[in-house]
Amino acid sequence: MSTETFLPGPDLVAAALPTTLFRFATAGSVDDGKSTLVGRLLHDSKAILADQLDAVARTSADRGFGGEGATGTKAIDLALLTDGLRAEREQGITIDVAYRYFATDRRSFILADCPGHVQYTKNTVTGASTADAVVVLIDARKGVLEQTRRHLSVLQLLRVAHVIVAVNKIDLVDFSEDVFRGIEADVQQVGRELGLGSDGVADLRVIPVSALDGDNVVDRSERTPWYDGPALLEVLETLPAADELESHLESFRFPVQLVIRPQGALAPDAIAGGLDPEAYRDYRAYAGQITEGSVKLGDQVSILTPGQAPRTTTITGIDFAGRELAEAAAPQSVSLRLADEFDVARGDTIAAAGTVRESSADLYAALCWLSPKPLREGSKVLVKHGTRTVQALVRNVTGRLDLASFGLEPTTTLELNDIGHAQLRLAAPLPLENYLHHRRTGAFLVIDPLDGNTLAAGLVNDHPGDHEDERYSI
Amino acid sequence: MSNVETFVAVDPDAAPAPSRDGDAASSIASRSDRPDATPWAASGPTAEARLSSPARLSSLDTLESEAIHIIREVVAEFEKPALLFSGGKDSVVMLHLATKAFWPGKVPFPVLHVDTGHNFPEVIDFRDRTVERLGLKLVVGSVQEFIDSGELAERADGTRNPLQTVPLLDAIQRNKFDAVFGGGRRDEDKARAKERILSLRDEFGQWDPRNQRPELWNLYNGRHTVGQHVRAFPISNWTELDVWRYIERENIELPGLYYAHDREVFARDGMWRAVGEVSQPREHEEVITKTVRYRTVGDMSCTGAVESAAATVRDVVIEVAASTITERGATRADDRISEAAMEDRKKDGYF
Repeated sequence: MSTETFLPGPDLVAAALPTTLFRFATAGSVDDGKSTLVGRLLHDSKAILADQLDAVARTSADRGFGGEGATGTKAIDLALLTDGLRAEREQGITIDVAYRYFATDRRSFILADCPGHVQYTKNTVTGASTADAVVVLIDARKGVLEQTRRHLSVLQLLRVAHVIVAVNKIDLVDFSEDVFRGIEADVQQVGRELGLGSDGVADLRVIPVSALDGDNVVDRSERTPWYDGPALLEVLETLPAADELESHLESFRFPVQLVIRPQGALAPDAIAGGLDPEAYRDYRAYAGQITEGSVKLGDQVSILTPGQAPRTTTITGIDFAGRELAEAAAPQSVSLRLADEFDVARGDTIAAAGTVRESSADLYAALCWLSPKPLREGSKVLVKHGTRTVQALVRNVTGRLDLASFGLEPTTTLELNDIGHAQLRLAAPLPLENYLHHRRTGAFLVIDPLDGNTLAAGLVNDHPGDHEDERYSI
Repeated sequence: MSNVETFVAVDPDAAPAPSRDGDAASSIASRSDRPDATPWAASGPTAEARLSSPARLSSLDTLESEAIHIIREVVAEFEKPALLFSGGKDSVVMLHLATKAFWPGKVPFPVLHVDTGHNFPEVIDFRDRTVERLGLKLVVGSVQEFIDSGELAERADGTRNPLQTVPLLDAIQRNKFDAVFGGGRRDEDKARAKERILSLRDEFGQWDPRNQRPELWNLYNGRHTVGQHVRAFPISNWTELDVWRYIERENIELPGLYYAHDREVFARDGMWRAVGEVSQPREHEEVITKTVRYRTVGDMSCTGAVESAAATVRDVVIEVAASTITERGATRADDRISEAAMEDRKKDGYF
């Protein structure tokens, strides 16, 4: 089934057509064929080069992987294409998220391959935090399992823009439409229970595939005539990236990384290139990456500094390495110049005026606990939000999410791979926003002050009984 | 025009904008006669600003913005960063990104070169010119000095790439660097595929693949304790083809041996090895002149050339796009030592 018709020839690739970047992650249970699917995508998009393929073919033969493939090609174990570290081979498990790269003539892809068996919550949260889409695998013979519900639950929590459920091994159920429709209905049911798609951004798709033979992976399969949707790769090639979706939906947010103020110490090559040092004597700009929304010259913005009332000013310059831009959008890295000489520093946020709620020192959040060291009430941690890190006290843990029933159970502690709710008191107020509406400014890390390790991924919740709209100020 | 051009993104993906290259400098020149604005606001023109639609960033723009964000984070959060600079294409791209990140200011950290003593002379020459052009401080760690003092022993196969680790760690400790930028990319090797963007290293520089911090959103955790340091890989998510397309787009200068040239070579281990002081053919190895180029630039004693007629950056982009063999597979003897060669070197403190 794997044809190569979609593949760009060298000429097409080299023509440097304007491709966009798309990040996606894969998640699945043990033995659902995820490695084979990833191998299939890499193989069919020619991301696997001859020397890697030779090595895999040798190993496949050594391990007795069977003769002729289903389509008459020489069979190789596609799963070996994603074989990782020696430590993993020795234990026969995958221990960490691996990043893979492939491209078609329409898009460049970054694939975060999240292992399913150990620490799947940690790995899925990590992979999904940067993903525009996540592909969840289901074995067609098994249908929706508890782990599928857990995966979908995590993706809903992390507000992944696009969720694609690939019902794999469809060849092993004789390409049965009935089996597929049954699983599809179950998936949609779980989606409804979770509210996947309810915020108008996320969506949920179900595709029947055979990773082993390539059905509906790269090309639509003739063996599933009852399925009239696109193949997996077609979907991945055409979905809008999360930043594309959000840059016009969300208000401008720009955490200041550092102040660029050369005070005469200009780059010698810039001067050699004709830049007038006198003209840049008083240059001052605020460097950062736009996390949400877009900005243009003349926009009114608020400077958010912890412990101070927001100050409003105007954007007078958007600089990028000698280029002057009229506007810029997430995820561009730029430097902003402002009309007023405010004291602005790393850790401050520049935001569209009138769209910002007050900073708060009370943090209500969902925490995905990623450390073997459990969370205890009363412990002191660090919270890294945007470009600011503050101390925080864990006041109480208010519940643990049962990912199978989607209910909240009472607890006072969170352990590795638990997702729960907690209330923290911050040493300084932060411009916190609900993660549901702000994928970047609603996210934070919980860090161990003792050894510096990352303890949890945090998602800001609204204050209980609070309506975000009423808290907008300025 | 001028070398402002080297900073001006010549972006073939964007809508055509005639005489784009001229805009930045000409508007800068006209800027100082605007007395009405406040000084900091006056430091760049607004009237001449050109509309550029941010609606759809190309993949190179996205990768560039990500890398610049990481470089700025490391500079903001660490006391003393340095950039590992070999003169190879990935480190040249890294340095270019750093100049863009801090424009119009200087790159605010030194560059560190671990000199194997087996370098291609033209690469050392390129290194020195680049450092001079950008006004950088250069710190050199020397494998030869460690061999001379007996702290390192020459390997039987003559390869010095694996020997770089000791002088590298020594230079990091002596200079108290707490973060070191590298040009490593995840597409290079399966061990690098699991590397973090900020990779914590212990007192011995060791990488512990089982015990890595999860990396979430674009929030990078660079916390470390005394003695530990962090390796930062801002172009983790770039492929070899991305690097070459970027070199083309940004008009970045590279050492000449990346492009096709005639060279005396001999065949060994299925690669073309250059004839040089430290790279001598054995009796049965016939020396011939071939038109070759290098896909990676490392230790002369273990880096092979590929036969190629790609004399320009455009030719190389086409060649890399059509290539059926990985850059390390094609040209690095040290990565053929075993299936886990890179993994083992990284665990010992290599990049």
